[in-house]
Amino acid sequence: MENLLHISVSPHIHGKKTTRSFMLDVVIALLPATIAGCVIFGLRALLVVAVAIASCVASEFIFNLILKRKQTVDDFSAIVTGLLLALNLPANIPIWQVVVASVFAIIVVKCVFGGLGCNIVNPAITARVFMLVAFGSMTTQAFPKNLDSVSGATPLADLANGTTPDLMDLFLGNVGGAIGETCSLALLIGAVYLLIKKVISWHIPISYIATVFVISLIVEGFDFTKALAWVLSGGLIIGAFFMATDYVTSPTTPKGSIIYGVGAGIITILIRFWGNYPEGVSFAILIMNILNPYIDALTGRKVFGGDKK
Amino acid sequence: MAFSLHGVNVPHRKNTATIPAVRMPVPKTVSIPMVMHIGKPAKPVVKAGDHVDIGTLIAEQDGFISSPIHSSVSGTVTKITDMLVSTGAFVPAVVIESDGENTKADLTPPVINSKEDFIEAVKKSGLVGLGGAGFPTYVKFNTDKPIEHFIINGTECEPYITSDTRTMIDDADDIAEAIEIVDKYLNVGQFIIGIEKNKKEAIEKMNAIAAKNSKVVVKVLPSRYPQGGEKVLIFNTTKKTVKAGKLPIDVGCIVCNCTTMAFITKYIKTGMPLVEKTITVDGACVKEPKNVIVPIGTALKDVFDFCGGFKEEPQKILYGGPMMGISVPNAEVPVLKQTNAILALNKKEVYAPKQTACIRCGTCLNTCPLGINPEAISRAYDLRDMPKLKKAGIEVCMECGCCAYNCPASRPLVQINKMAKIAYREYKLEQEKEANK
Repeated sequence: MENLLHISVSPHIHGKKTTRSFMLDVVIALLPATIAGCVIFGLRALLVVAVAIASCVASEFIFNLILKRKQTVDDFSAIVTGLLLALNLPANIPIWQVVVASVFAIIVVKCVFGGLGCNIVNPAITARVFMLVAFGSMTTQAFPKNLDSVSGATPLADLANGTTPDLMDLFLGNVGGAIGETCSLALLIGAVYLLIKKVISWHIPISYIATVFVISLIVEGFDFTKALAWVLSGGLIIGAFFMATDYVTSPTTPKGSIIYGVGAGIITILIRFWGNYPEGVSFAILIMNILNPYIDALTGRKVFGGDKK
Repeated sequence: MAFSLHGVNVPHRKNTATIPAVRMPVPKTVSIPMVMHIGKPAKPVVKAGDHVDIGTLIAEQDGFISSPIHSSVSGTVTKITDMLVSTGAFVPAVVIESDGENTKADLTPPVINSKEDFIEAVKKSGLVGLGGAGFPTYVKFNTDKPIEHFIINGTECEPYITSDTRTMIDDADDIAEAIEIVDKYLNVGQFIIGIEKNKKEAIEKMNAIAAKNSKVVVKVLPSRYPQGGEKVLIFNTTKKTVKAGKLPIDVGCIVCNCTTMAFITKYIKTGMPLVEKTITVDGACVKEPKNVIVPIGTALKDVFDFCGGFKEEPQKILYGGPMMGISVPNAEVPVLKQTNAILALNKKEVYAPKQTACIRCGTCLNTCPLGINPEAISRAYDLRDMPKLKKAGIEVCMECGCCAYNCPASRPLVQINKMAKIAYREYKLEQEKEANK
């Protein structure tokens, strides 16, 4: 009985997709926004990005080391978390706060729940909310170098005050905000890449953005420019395409994804128009993350030839 | 309901589709296990020292779902020994040493005058589903229910395998005749030949049959695995849904592989039972991949040697295709009735990424053709939560492997489903016992 061959259960071939390839695709898709952020906000933005990624990867590595768990940094998910987190922070944030946010995202939100796949909420979005609530980091927004930071206000603040920011500025990202959220053009390029590579499906981002657009349109009395400005302002585009689509914390079926997107849209609008905070995207995604298991439980696919549910 | 069922696009690798099958010389010995079908093992009727010819009955059917077995060579029975088969069980196997004469047993074509005669003939021929499952064909035919659609499966959706394709091209006349025979004795409404669109030559041949016989329709289907799965094929050709736990005949359908059909004609003409098989020999390790006509019971090693041997040391050797095939421990195991291919794959072909944690991407449940949720099954199985297992669809899983093929975390989903099925079956038996108390 020598020269035994490998034996395993079928299938004996495997598709090309891996967790790492998914994560790499997300990083590639975020590159345009990262570059745009560095162009708009200067090299300080690059420093924030580098520190966030380094602290995220280091946190996971050290956590696994101390708890003698299998090393998981090679799945690249910590890099995605770090990059996403950095893009959600203002460029002028103190560096120590970036480290705190990264450690919070990786250790508290992800690792203690069991690591990738077991976290119940998205690490980057939760860290953003944490920074907002604990340090008010998000309220001191950075502004493009060519704008006077005294006269400038974030587009969401402008909109709340009744003035409509220039749509072209919004589209190109020439406004105040977090590093990666302002340039809609760069984000959309990345989003198209993810859609083409089938890393994400259209269901969550489109239903999310459409909900925000339609309700804004109604609230603003069918002013298309204003409704569009609400869509392009703040963190909606990055949130809808890159944060709400996080596999771990979003529904698995198309039906569930649409419910999730619409729900996030409604919560975003509620906070933006009637809430205490100017921006509601992070809260909306966080709340939908928490509701996600229930959405999943209610929207499973029908088993072929099975009983009606 | 979806327009057509989900699936995955697997590589085709139909390297051998253009080469007609060649007959290999008779091997020195064959070992024929008594289980080459779904159901009860056949009972050997020969003993060591007996002389047998090609087509001599060596084991008789035992029970309703079972099938007789015939010798594939002429020579002497050397022993009846226990053999480890792919199910993990030891079953008796008849080992025959060939005398090289290839004398055929004294066979006469069956006399068929009625439906009963026809079914008896199919039973006697030892015919089982040749697509890979090996379900005794006569059992399928033995029904009083009207057969609205008789579906001939020519999809051959697994990578590499081309033996059905070759049958459709080379033995198209046999398939046409088999359709006429089945039509004569069974109450069939319509014949549908389901075929994937990557088999152009075979489609032409099948269209020629349809042109001559108004009862025959050819349905050209997308090349998407698992197009040839029974329930999938029925849905994609007739839009009928076979309910969980039901049989195709419950919706008026019978699915029969095209090679199975071609054999019916051959048997009725010659009376020669199922003793040889056309199989595809392929995989990166095989020097000269081709389709080979092989006596049943030939060791895989002999077949590979006939194809020029190995270019490199194989990592895995399979019965059947890479999606649902069974990996074997060594090349000494024999070719079975239902074997349609043997593959010797190298390291690169069988490469699977390292297993990581589930990231809940939903790929598995969105590619499952039958709407099962493998992710929920894994979780329910870990908790031994039986009602959840049922809800996730464990009962209808056909182990096609779409979920595991596409899983980015490379999780062994088919293996988990198989284990969950066993746990669920035990749970159901327990429940029945409780109910009977």
